Amino acid sequence: MAFSSEREKLNLRKRHARARGFAFLCALVTWSSVLILGILLFQVCIDGFGWLDWEFINSFPSRFPDRAGIKSALVGTMWLISLVAAISIPVGVSTALYLEEFAAKGRLSKLIEVNIANLAGVPSIVYGILGLAVFVRYFALGRSLISGALTMSLLILPIIIIASREAIRTVPMSIRYAALSLGATRWQTTWAHVLPASFPGIMTGVILSLSRAIGETAPIIMIGALTFVAFLPAGPMDSFTVLSIQIYNWVARPQPEFHDLAAAGIIVLLAVLLLMNATAIYIRSKTERRLK
Amino acid sequence: MSMTESRTTANQGKNAVPAVLDIRDVSVLYSGKAAVKNVSCKILKNRITAIIGPSGCGKSTLLRSLNRMNDFVDGVTIEGEILFTDQNLYSSDVDPVEVRRRIGMVFQKPNPFPKSIYNNISWGPGINGYNGSMDELVERSLTQAALWEEVKDRLHESALNLSGGQQQRLCIARALAMEPQVLLMDEPCSALDPISTAHIEDLMFELKSRYTIVIVTHNMQQAARISDFTAFMEMGNLIEFGETDQIFTRPNIKRTEEYVTGRFG
Amino acid sequence: MATNSPTNSSIRKLNKRWGEFMIKSWLVVCSALSLITTAAIVILLVVESFSFFQNVSPSEFFFGTRWVPILEPSSFGVLPLLWGTLQVTIGAALIAIPLGLASAIYLSEYASDRMRSWVKPALELLAGIPTVVYGYFALTFITPLLRNIFPEIQVFNALSAAIVVGIMILPTIATLSDNALRAVPESLRQAAYAVGATSYEVTTRVVVPAGLSGVMASFLLAISRAIGETMAVTLAAGQTPNLTLSMFESIQTMTSYIVQISLGDTPAGGVAYQTLFAVAALLFFITLIINIISQLILERFREVYD
Repeated sequence: MAFSSEREKLNLRKRHARARGFAFLCALVTWSSVLILGILLFQVCIDGFGWLDWEFINSFPSRFPDRAGIKSALVGTMWLISLVAAISIPVGVSTALYLEEFAAKGRLSKLIEVNIANLAGVPSIVYGILGLAVFVRYFALGRSLISGALTMSLLILPIIIIASREAIRTVPMSIRYAALSLGATRWQTTWAHVLPASFPGIMTGVILSLSRAIGETAPIIMIGALTFVAFLPAGPMDSFTVLSIQIYNWVARPQPEFHDLAAAGIIVLLAVLLLMNATAIYIRSKTERRLK
Repeated sequence: MSMTESRTTANQGKNAVPAVLDIRDVSVLYSGKAAVKNVSCKILKNRITAIIGPSGCGKSTLLRSLNRMNDFVDGVTIEGEILFTDQNLYSSDVDPVEVRRRIGMVFQKPNPFPKSIYNNISWGPGINGYNGSMDELVERSLTQAALWEEVKDRLHESALNLSGGQQQRLCIARALAMEPQVLLMDEPCSALDPISTAHIEDLMFELKSRYTIVIVTHNMQQAARISDFTAFMEMGNLIEFGETDQIFTRPNIKRTEEYVTGRFG
Repeated sequence: MATNSPTNSSIRKLNKRWGEFMIKSWLVVCSALSLITTAAIVILLVVESFSFFQNVSPSEFFFGTRWVPILEPSSFGVLPLLWGTLQVTIGAALIAIPLGLASAIYLSEYASDRMRSWVKPALELLAGIPTVVYGYFALTFITPLLRNIFPEIQVFNALSAAIVVGIMILPTIATLSDNALRAVPESLRQAAYAVGATSYEVTTRVVVPAGLSGVMASFLLAISRAIGETMAVTLAAGQTPNLTLSMFESIQTMTSYIVQISLGDTPAGGVAYQTLFAVAALLFFITLIINIISQLILERFREVYD
């Protein structure tokens, strides 16, 4: 007999035990990761909630923890993200449209494609150095909002392009052919049919990229956003600070009070991010319903 | 191919009807490989011309070269000329967009825009600067496509709620709204049930008086029922072209006879 | 009535479509921007590094063991920064690779669809949290915890940074590997079950090997992220260039050095300012090489299953 039944049974029991143990281990690990997320949020809330009030939101930073607030950082973030959106959305979506709808599938479009994939993997601090050398110094825009916005736009462009291309690719070819066969030009086809149909996907990608921009700290530090700003920026040429910088500044201080302030700042930052993601989900569900 | 050519002209000689499209020695190559080889024939005004042949014979490719839809396929090249009102469609001074305005197309699968029924019809004329009454045009086109009675009360509902057969008639109406000189139909019934197919065949009979129709079909009975002329293609070659009666009852070429009698394909 | 007016039959190009031409030009310019960005990064880093190497010999930079860029006597050996980066990256990888892979296996092989629909977004949320928040987490939670276990550990230390970066890159590995494992055809699993394999054997001997290139690509991508990670490392590991094997001491990574220099008001043009570009160039090319390798692996992966 090739299979001795007694030994085989014992062996099988062992194998089953191993399989169960392995499954349990994998589940345990996964749930631990989720647990870490829980601990992280819990820790932030415990530390920060006590400091979170209207005064915190509506005050400028201060040497004294109980008088410090994030007004200038919050306003700076809003400014920055509006500028980044205004720059990166048209450019990113245009690039995606060019690559998907216009470019011949040749060596050049392949080169651009590979290049974008690589840009998406460049460390954010390298973008910071690029922004510092090109926008702050070479174009002499200074340590201003516009320098920060341009730098951040370069950083998130690859993500917007990749997400938009994926969304555009989901539009069936038959729709394009239908429009083209009616004597529409490429752009008329794109504008009237491809863009509306891929809009929810593009918006989702855009909002996720913008949330990345909100959370990024390193490039903004590089181009020299200030850490202590007791005024509100009035235009794109003004200097500024943002939430993530303010949080970094507080975390980097030794006094525990400032750590708690940082926690309160983090709650605000996460709330902004949550709001944006909720918007993405809302836009998505709404436009999807309309298309159906 | 010279034999085919002479036969083609012989057939054409009996007709006083002018040709709308004159296909002259056309080859279509995909990255160097020929999908259509040296095809010549004439498409006559207000007639239905059917292109039949086994799948992969190049009939759809030939059809798509008639309104330059092949331009959107990467690596495609076209040799020969196609004369449309005495102008070569592939001459460098021709605007392919203008070509597609005048030579409309209906596709294999119904492909309405994900918009309302009304907007499906009105979009094409709209972008091409139509300045008459859009409501009238929509009604006229839908009536011509025998769809008006079914949809007149829900013009602003999504076209995607229509049945497959209705969607295909909507696509025909959409093409008709451009008042094209030629209507190309690429197996328009292959995704439809028999009743919808009968609807569309009836429709084509009625459209004949105003339009020139070229239809690709793999369904020989359909070609025999509706067309005036039939072109039989195989492996990229135009084997035989002639009046439908003649092709189906007295084909000149053995291969054609084998195909129409169902011995292969 | 629908009549075809013969006067309207010219298909010649009457006028160039200017609008269409302008729009297309705009799209081309936008697409070119991505190439310009890459070119700008490469030119900037290479040119500035070149002037740096006029002042400092490459052998001192690549093989020197002391990094004292600002104080006199200065010394520009990048090894301590490179090693600091490696320490954090290796530590993070040791944590994130096994845990991330286990999570991916759970998600793709064991979790029910409903469970998956909860856990995967939670992991993606973890990936979406800004890195400065992880820095806070390291300083206020992980480091105090470590100090309870190892009283001799410094306030700023490599271990805490490695752990927090490991947590950061874990979701990347988990979600990307999960995608790779799910791309393995169901028929392969069924074939293995049909010869009497247990779920453990199917997973480890069939599914993971079949999805290995996707899994490897996710590891590389995560490692490249760990190398480029800045804020959490700066906050947790400190600012001491330190060529040490100990994970308990304060170190400095390439990224945190760049932050340190840009926070201080180093004047443009000096050697200290140039170090910024030399270190950034090193960082850029290391991550670029890793990213390219991971893309090549992925490319092969696509050929197998498409």
